[in-house]
Amino acid sequence: MSLEISHLRLPLTSFVLELDARLDAPVTGLFGASGAGKTSLLETIAGLRRPVDGRISLDGTVLTDSAARIFRPPESRGVGFVPQDSALFTHLNVRENLCYSQRARSHVTRPGISYEHVLDVLNLGSLVARRIGSLSGGERQRVAFGRALLAAPHLLLLDEPLASLDRELKDQILPYLRLIRDEFKIPMLLVSHSADEIVALCDDVLVLELGRCVRRGPPSGLFIVSPRPHHELAKPTDLSPLNDGSA
Amino acid sequence: MSSDLWQITWFTAWVAVTSTLVILPPGIALAWLLARRQWPGKSLVETLVALPLVIPPVATGLILLHLFGRRGLIGHWLENSLGIEIVFTWKAVVIATAVMSFPLLVRTVRVAFENVSPRVEHVARTLGAGPWRVFWTITLPLARQGVIAGAVLAFARALGEFGATVMVAGFIPGKTETLALSIYHSVELGRDGEAVAFLAVSVALAFAAVWCSERLLRRATA
Repeated sequence: MSLEISHLRLPLTSFVLELDARLDAPVTGLFGASGAGKTSLLETIAGLRRPVDGRISLDGTVLTDSAARIFRPPESRGVGFVPQDSALFTHLNVRENLCYSQRARSHVTRPGISYEHVLDVLNLGSLVARRIGSLSGGERQRVAFGRALLAAPHLLLLDEPLASLDRELKDQILPYLRLIRDEFKIPMLLVSHSADEIVALCDDVLVLELGRCVRRGPPSGLFIVSPRPHHELAKPTDLSPLNDGSA
Repeated sequence: MSSDLWQITWFTAWVAVTSTLVILPPGIALAWLLARRQWPGKSLVETLVALPLVIPPVATGLILLHLFGRRGLIGHWLENSLGIEIVFTWKAVVIATAVMSFPLLVRTVRVAFENVSPRVEHVARTLGAGPWRVFWTITLPLARQGVIAGAVLAFARALGEFGATVMVAGFIPGKTETLALSIYHSVELGRDGEAVAFLAVSVALAFAAVWCSERLLRRATA
């Protein structure tokens, strides 16, 4: 995978998001405090926001290019998006959520991604007939992963996928993210303000501050990996991990 | 009198259903535009749509009479080019009830659309659904309670509409008689028994409408 972002400019309420980067790691982390522009960046890559300037291409396909007046709508980008609150369709049951995308229903998924395989890897088999309202937080997040995977995206954007879960649930869901990475080989861009998630999953990390990339590198170079349990890892800057959902 | 009563009841219910069905598509479209899009003239349209709620119904009726009358802007054109007469026919009753209940429908459905999280619609887009598919499979189903509630409100308003109707449709026996007009007419003529019969049917009809909507709403939430 190669996601090329050049001269991207997106004005936000109190600063301008500006980025120039070429991302080609299997899992790239976007790290930073709430309000650093991480979610806005994901939304721009997904086509849910239109940048004023810049060019984004994925594996050679142009997603947006302000100079050439190209803007591919989100439905034809092949970019999956899992928001923090999972955003499941509450009027549909689990199976209907999983099969929402045309690709999931027509079984035109990529090699290695089939309905059965996704159910199996994410352990969703017993949930398919359930209503969304009856699911626990962890189950909801697994359904959200499955739904995004079954659309066979070329890139998966995960916006703080574990932030709404308590610590115990986080420890249960984290292995699923590793499984997704290893089983389906879909490149991922993971937004987080928790160092342990980044260390556990990412190969490359961009640290965002007020809309700019201030540091970049492998997590081992950015984080002090201590021998303590992984959720007590030191953080590179004193970023509040408290979730205010406004990123 | 009793055959009249049934004829009038049938006509009233038919008018209320027709006017609700007529305003449902444009009402839902406008509610969506107000809830989800920014466009020039939005606040003007917002105010215009709310106007029938705040000005006297008789005044709305007078405006409609001027618009749809033989010399009116729309009425003149309709009669000359299509040969359609509006004023003092059943069509005038439907137009009056439609205009009077339109704001109630739009307001209720708009709130329902605003309560659907844009994030959920965004995710549907990234799953490959275009804007139309998102509207039909996500936004509308999630807002269905508000749409049902708005339609019932509009229907109830149409059942009881008096002021605007009497201005544009008059009170023509066998042609534009609705229950509300008949109650007033009976009382005016001192036929109290008749008025009570019309009253009873009005209450029964309204009761049935509210009861049905409660059932529908309960099923929609289940």
